[in-house]
Amino acid sequence: MELSGAQILVDSLKREGVEYIFGVNGGAAMPIFDALYNETEIKLIPMRHEQGASHAADGYARATGDVGVALATSGPGATNLVTGIATAYMDSIPMVAITGQVFTHYIGSDAFQECDVIGVTRPICKHSYLITNCDEVADVVAEAFHIAKTGKPGPVIIDIAKDAQIHEALFQYPETVDIRSYKPQVHGDPAQIAKAAALIKEAKRPMLYAGGGVVLADASEELRQLTLKTQIPITVTLMGLGAFPETHPLAMEMPGMHGSCCANYAFTDSDLVIAIGARFDDRVTGDLSKFAPNAKKIHIDIDASCIGKNVPIDVPIVGDAKSVLTELNKQVDTADIDPWRDQIQEWKQKYPFEYEQKSDKVMPQYVIEQIYEHYSDAIVVADVGQHQMWAAQYFKFTEPRQWLNSGGLGTMGFSLPAAIGAQLGCPDKTVVNVNGDGSYIMTIQELVPAITMKLPLKIFIINNMYLGMVRQWQELFHGKRYSAVDYHDNPDFALLAQAFGATGLRVEHPEEVEPALQKAKGITDGPVVIDFIVDEEENVFPMVPAGAGLGDVIRGLS
Amino acid sequence: MNPEERHIFSVLVENRFGVLARVAGLFSGRGFNIDSLNVAETHDKSISQITLVTHGDAQIIEQIYHHLNRLIDVIEVTDLSTGTHVERELVLIKVATDNPQKRTEVLQVAEVFRGRVIDMKPASLVLEITGDEGKLKAAIDIFNVYGILELARTGKIAMLRGSDL
Repeated sequence: MELSGAQILVDSLKREGVEYIFGVNGGAAMPIFDALYNETEIKLIPMRHEQGASHAADGYARATGDVGVALATSGPGATNLVTGIATAYMDSIPMVAITGQVFTHYIGSDAFQECDVIGVTRPICKHSYLITNCDEVADVVAEAFHIAKTGKPGPVIIDIAKDAQIHEALFQYPETVDIRSYKPQVHGDPAQIAKAAALIKEAKRPMLYAGGGVVLADASEELRQLTLKTQIPITVTLMGLGAFPETHPLAMEMPGMHGSCCANYAFTDSDLVIAIGARFDDRVTGDLSKFAPNAKKIHIDIDASCIGKNVPIDVPIVGDAKSVLTELNKQVDTADIDPWRDQIQEWKQKYPFEYEQKSDKVMPQYVIEQIYEHYSDAIVVADVGQHQMWAAQYFKFTEPRQWLNSGGLGTMGFSLPAAIGAQLGCPDKTVVNVNGDGSYIMTIQELVPAITMKLPLKIFIINNMYLGMVRQWQELFHGKRYSAVDYHDNPDFALLAQAFGATGLRVEHPEEVEPALQKAKGITDGPVVIDFIVDEEENVFPMVPAGAGLGDVIRGLS
Repeated sequence: MNPEERHIFSVLVENRFGVLARVAGLFSGRGFNIDSLNVAETHDKSISQITLVTHGDAQIIEQIYHHLNRLIDVIEVTDLSTGTHVERELVLIKVATDNPQKRTEVLQVAEVFRGRVIDMKPASLVLEITGDEGKLKAAIDIFNVYGILELARTGKIAMLRGSDL
């Protein structure tokens, strides 16, 4: 029996095991939405803005490890997805974004709601397809999912012309996918792994530096084995938090611009940096000429183009972190580096993350500490800004996929829709959304589907009435000229939550923090929003100023 | 700053819509240089060959190699500059020949470069010359003396010598 292209698309998605599609309906995608009407295997989640749809698909993928799916119409629907696609691309998140396209015979004619989506998204996706013939649908879906989730994961776009959605063809789903031009390298070169093991044996001041790639490769277990077996101190980046438990004595916490002094000093003094699924991002390395100047570098990464991009590497190993670590673990032993471990412990004890309790104000760090006290097992979805750094610093993550944030692109507005995706993907987990007052309002409309679905999200706004991170830079580097960052005209977020139909609470004093968090715990029939009115001009420290070396970290203002 | 090198990449790609844009976009997006670019179908209709001349220091060249390989539609990337290879370019030059003596001289020079006359008019002629970059530069320099009215050039194509693949 012949089926419409739209029906073939939906049936193909079922074959890929898709549970949820996050979308916003519109003209050029109507046949697809029609095919999803009354569909029981795949649940269609209508979002209120396409950006929300792409972030929700992304959040689902980050929390579960499965491919997230977003769906939008042509033109503005597709361009609204773009921020979410770029966000997923920068953090290598497996996603398939499906966009309707105008009828094939209109393509290129500046038709109503026409946009060259393939052109617009070319630099921000792993791959893309334009379908103009319904015969291609099944094969394209199979390839798109294969590409999105294998190798270095990433978003794949399927742009499908409306006539290809309407016309009919036989449905035949390919059993296997074989793309001659795409063969990701999984296993590392044994000779290189042996070289790495030899360097590890010789090193006197080695350190492990693990990133989001460990989480993506589901290699946390192997990373733990490597760390415990060698007893080498470890720093885990913002993207990898939870890959190794931060509560462990060997954990130096996150490195970089707002990372721990211990991790940054360790880089500066180390004689061997073992990078695993981390990409020597500028926010981690600071001034490259001063980065780990005395260290040899081993770099394990699935993406050959990532190795040697910013920092020269002595032992490159291209491969999947899980596979390479499994091999490496067979060849390493406890490192004989007691003086170095003592030095690390000394830094750790001397320079913990710390802040000053100012009079009667709610300190943002205190809120995070209390969130950790009450929700230590939760999935934490952070937005972007000061609150994100405080959450990364003061919440002690112990499991992979427990911490979701837009680390690469730094997309404000990411977290609320991503939290929706995470909650749907992990219905048995508590999902805490740590948000900022600036970022929250960028995608606040997604409170609507969260309420409709009665998702028990804990939405905690660290509200300092500023675009806080930018204000901090203005304070430190622009002579306190607070251009376009004053958000004292924020609405009352607690009342606004109530107007949406959620529970809304406002906290202005330190002693109200704990009771409010307790109360939020008891609300399980829908989202609760707590507006924490915090100290307005608190800064994130430590801080390595842009362009400075990691050794020049500012520990705090005193 | 490390010394810059010129490299010729042979890139085999799927012969389908949008592939050239992906390759070109990679270069513009990452700030790599394209000195010349040549694209055509191969003997296998499903595969196109892109010959791409670029320059950069060793680290940039390595990045270009890896980023080309990372494109899903790229089947194979070969850096021809790492082995012995042959390379050719083709140029069409329209030279002014407004008097018979000049025409004679131009034809003599063309002979030296093994050029072929493919069109002739009373006041101009069109020459076809193939060769490597050095030869074409020498030819262009000398025809400039007579007055080049128009010039079109293919960009380089190249392959490894012998059975090297």
